[in-house]
Amino acid sequence: MLQSKSFVKKTKQGRIQKVVREHYLRDDIYCGFVPCSACDAAAERKLVADAAAILVVDTNVVLHQIDLLENPAIEDVVLLSVVLDEVKNKNLAVFNRIKALCTNKARRFYVFANEQHRDTYVKDMVGESSNDRNDRAIRVAAHWYQSHLGESVKVLLITNDRDNKRKAIEEGLNAETVESYVRSLAQPGLLDLVVVPTSGDVTMEDVEDHRPSKRKVIYSEHKPMSEITSGLRCGIYHQGKLRVNRYNPFEAYVGSESIGDEIVIRGRSNMNRAFDGDIVAVELLPQDQWHESKSFIADDDEEEEEEEDVHLVPNSADDAPRNASSTQSSVGSSAPSVSSRPVGRVVGIIKRNWNSYCGSLQPMPMPAGSGGVAHALFVSKDRRIPKIRIQTRQLENLVNKRIVVAVDSWGVLSRYPSGHYVRTIGDIGDKETETEVVLIENDINTRPFSTQVLACLPPLPWTLSQEDLANPNRQDLRHVRVFSVDPPGCRDIDDALHCTLLPNGNFEVGVHIADVTNFVHPGTPLDEEAAQRGTSVYLVGQRIDMLPKPLTEDVCSLRADVERLAFSVIWEMTPDADIISTRYTKSVIKSCAAMSYVEAQARMDDSRLVDPLTVDLRNLNSLAKIMRQRRCDRGALTLASAEVKFEIDSETHDPLDIGIYQIREANQMIEEFMLAANISVAEKILKHFPLCSLLRRHPSPTKEMLEPLLRTASSIGLNLDVSSSKALAESLDNAKSNDPYFNKLIRILATRCMTQAVYFCSGDLTFSEYYHYGLAASLYTHFTSPIRRYADVVVHRLLAAALEIAKLPPIFQDGPQLTGIADNLNYRHRNAQMASRASVELHTLIYFRTRPTDTEARIVKVKANGFIVFVPKFGIEGPIHLTPKGDKGGDWVVDEVHQRVTKPGTNISYAVLQTVRIHMEVVEPQPHRPKLQLTLI
Amino acid sequence: MEYVDPLTGFRVDGRRPNEMRKLKGEVGVVARADGSALFEMGNTRVIAAVYGPREVQNKGQQVNSKEALVRCEYRMAEFSTGDRRRKPKGDRRSTEISLVIRQTMEASILTHLMPRSQIDIFVQVLQADGGTRSACINAATLALADAGIPMRDIVTSCSAGYLCSTPLLDLNYLEDSAGGADVTVGILAKMDKVTLLQMDAKLAMDTFENVMGLAIEGCKAIATYIREVLLENTKRLECQRG
Repeated sequence: MLQSKSFVKKTKQGRIQKVVREHYLRDDIYCGFVPCSACDAAAERKLVADAAAILVVDTNVVLHQIDLLENPAIEDVVLLSVVLDEVKNKNLAVFNRIKALCTNKARRFYVFANEQHRDTYVKDMVGESSNDRNDRAIRVAAHWYQSHLGESVKVLLITNDRDNKRKAIEEGLNAETVESYVRSLAQPGLLDLVVVPTSGDVTMEDVEDHRPSKRKVIYSEHKPMSEITSGLRCGIYHQGKLRVNRYNPFEAYVGSESIGDEIVIRGRSNMNRAFDGDIVAVELLPQDQWHESKSFIADDDEEEEEEEDVHLVPNSADDAPRNASSTQSSVGSSAPSVSSRPVGRVVGIIKRNWNSYCGSLQPMPMPAGSGGVAHALFVSKDRRIPKIRIQTRQLENLVNKRIVVAVDSWGVLSRYPSGHYVRTIGDIGDKETETEVVLIENDINTRPFSTQVLACLPPLPWTLSQEDLANPNRQDLRHVRVFSVDPPGCRDIDDALHCTLLPNGNFEVGVHIADVTNFVHPGTPLDEEAAQRGTSVYLVGQRIDMLPKPLTEDVCSLRADVERLAFSVIWEMTPDADIISTRYTKSVIKSCAAMSYVEAQARMDDSRLVDPLTVDLRNLNSLAKIMRQRRCDRGALTLASAEVKFEIDSETHDPLDIGIYQIREANQMIEEFMLAANISVAEKILKHFPLCSLLRRHPSPTKEMLEPLLRTASSIGLNLDVSSSKALAESLDNAKSNDPYFNKLIRILATRCMTQAVYFCSGDLTFSEYYHYGLAASLYTHFTSPIRRYADVVVHRLLAAALEIAKLPPIFQDGPQLTGIADNLNYRHRNAQMASRASVELHTLIYFRTRPTDTEARIVKVKANGFIVFVPKFGIEGPIHLTPKGDKGGDWVVDEVHQRVTKPGTNISYAVLQTVRIHMEVVEPQPHRPKLQLTLI
Repeated sequence: MEYVDPLTGFRVDGRRPNEMRKLKGEVGVVARADGSALFEMGNTRVIAAVYGPREVQNKGQQVNSKEALVRCEYRMAEFSTGDRRRKPKGDRRSTEISLVIRQTMEASILTHLMPRSQIDIFVQVLQADGGTRSACINAATLALADAGIPMRDIVTSCSAGYLCSTPLLDLNYLEDSAGGADVTVGILAKMDKVTLLQMDAKLAMDTFENVMGLAIEGCKAIATYIREVLLENTKRLECQRG
């Protein structure tokens, strides 16, 4: 049967066009009910016979109660295609979750294409709104189900829409609201998952706030969508993604294309209920309000306050606090450039980015008479998220737990958004719980690999087959003396090296990388899973793999004394480390030794050893030194970071000792050859595939980003030239003083001004943008760690295609998809780093819990009521308050120009980079919320 | 945009990936012409009229006096698309399609039986919704048969595309403008020979084979339908004659 849909639309040029589309109705869509005999026997069936009722849900139920639907207590649900379409248009995140439910074989969620079914298709009626039409379609479909299945099964329409429910009952259907249905299931825990309809908000307010003044309207109403679109068009409003300052939740930025600059938004009332990641419309404030007011916390009369925690030293500008408001308002500075950044306020939210968040309940007195509904405030671990008000019936169970909460709504009357409880993770402070929180917060997939993924593994135990040896593209290098050098205890060895002296006095140097693409084929579930995970995640004492364990630790890992497949880059180098020729080949190798950095270093240093392996190591090292020198001359930056290392108790997995990770010559040697291999491969793949290569670039830092570094440097009389990476490298080399740690400190400060390097698809940018600032390389990519990074897998495929060993997978012909992969890799990579940092912070806390310590620290930044110190020994940084909290710091005078704080009348003063003695101790200002506190001694 | 719903497996207009749009064919729609036909594939509707074989009008065009001269003119009606724009005669696109149709039809017409004569095929798109080139070829076949011009076999054509990693049969305008590959195939149905093969994007070799296979399936289905229409028409003529 044929129906035609016709509608009128406006084209981009503003012309009105009539569109007519066909709409085919069919009779071969089945009900999905297992015992149904009327339907085709071969059709997919999911709904079981002994179900109490078959549930038909409406759009709003899916949109708001997705957490409930995900609970295994809810089964036998029919999802109509009209509902799915509406959900998709309204909220893509929810749609993806419901899609996962529908495709999950273990859940009984059936998709019924009602719009395509002959009997359930409804025509638009004149004067009917699309909402009404969809509601009618849902009722018609429910009706069809009831009459199709007969009286034996109860079909229940679940809707919270009063009107819809009334009409359904009038038409003789069974209909219930979510709440009454869940109540009928008699599982009290489930009720917490039910989102309270928004009309309940006001009553909730009544319960909690007895102060009448609090009932006032707190936020201004959002502008209607039509006004926003017209405002955007005529340039009054500006659209962009809101990003909340990680270190000051009262300040946010909206990157606006129409202005070409970031708009600063200060204070919760100007943010107007926007969350981090929301797409918002912003109105600029008059220019006279653009000045940087320090008192912006005060205009929010909240009990929260800006407070910096002790945290790990940031490794790049992305991790570091923004140089927000502290400096430019210096007294008497007549510079006209004071705060040229526009300041605005949010007038509307174009797209919400509401998620579920990890955190805990704010401690509160237990209400009398437990068991009833209690209201509580939820504090997210992510400081960018405001407190969330939730209702619960199990308060006593949740108080000291880490829980997950989802946001539902935020009305103008309530200071905080309201949400609902989703699930409990575990006890606060418990190591496993907190680690899980870290993983959830960073969106890291820790689920075990699915059976489909595991089915893609080669038969185990894997051994080298004759076919691999007979492959003409694979060179047999088993006779070559190959070895690997890695951190101690490394199981996923993805690189190995060899170095042979050629008869002509040159060296043949080979870098052999695990041939992961021999096992991970494009388009397989294994490949998709790896692409989605993007990278392995390294936490303290734990590793979350990108590839299943047999591949990671055995089949791909280039372990000693076993034959392994590799992808090799082989150079001929002169003793002066000039590359004469480069060759790429798939190979078979047999590593003769898997050394740790310490072992390799010891061998090189022990002058008594003259065995061939040690000689190879020394040759490599001398080549590496020359290459490194050359790279530095070119302008590569030697940056420093304060990475720490834990010694973990094998029994309790608690940290025993903590110290700065030591970088040896051996590390630098391996690094040098990996860099060289990556650069060689980048050149090769770009030559063959100029439009679809995956490369890595490091943008040059802007003047603005380097400003904190320059300010610090100038305050101690150091002049840094930042015009290019070479100039910066040189002035960093010249930054010397009689203090041995001084140079490293400056380098650490420089490092944190840089952004991180990112992956990109070569077709998206021009050649000059490919530049890698930190390495001073015009081209760079990742090739050397395919076991733990998906980018390397992609590059392996590109290289194989460039060598004409393998065909280029079709995905490379799809530019947007490739860009999508690169974006996902950047996102995963960043999250993985954040997670490992968070894990280190967590273990630092556990370590100091039993060990209060006195140590030396360096001042890195001076603030109004104290300063930020950096503790070199433990790689952490945190605030020290000179005055007690709440006091506005009257008796200390800050000199911004010289970064110095002095107490008038005395000669006590603290300047930046000065060494101070501090005491570190874990305190618990509130029960179950331990934090690390630094105090001056 | 998703052109194939991942959950239900239906296309935007409710078809499955391997399903064609509704076909409709009618012969003898233009009384003045020697042969004529109307052919519909869903919302795509074309009309074809055949004049000939007749004397060559412009002797200069005749290349080979031993064979008939086949000429073809493709036009889109100004009202055939959503935006009503003047379609100039002889623009690049219609010249190309005219040529394609002529070559495809020439392959099946027994031109050597009609020396020193000319056959004119006029195809006009009344309503365009993707796949006009295929519909025109199918209409021309019907019209040629209606005109009683001797042919080796029935030529039919169908397009297939590749979107959302799925081969799709008979693309409509929405799917056609999605930017994926569009493979138009024309075959001699009984002889199983390909007379037309066009593609306007890149496809991997093995996917291309799948897509082309699907298009050939479509062509065969159209051939069956066209044969039915012709048979029906012949029966009707038989009845009229008595």
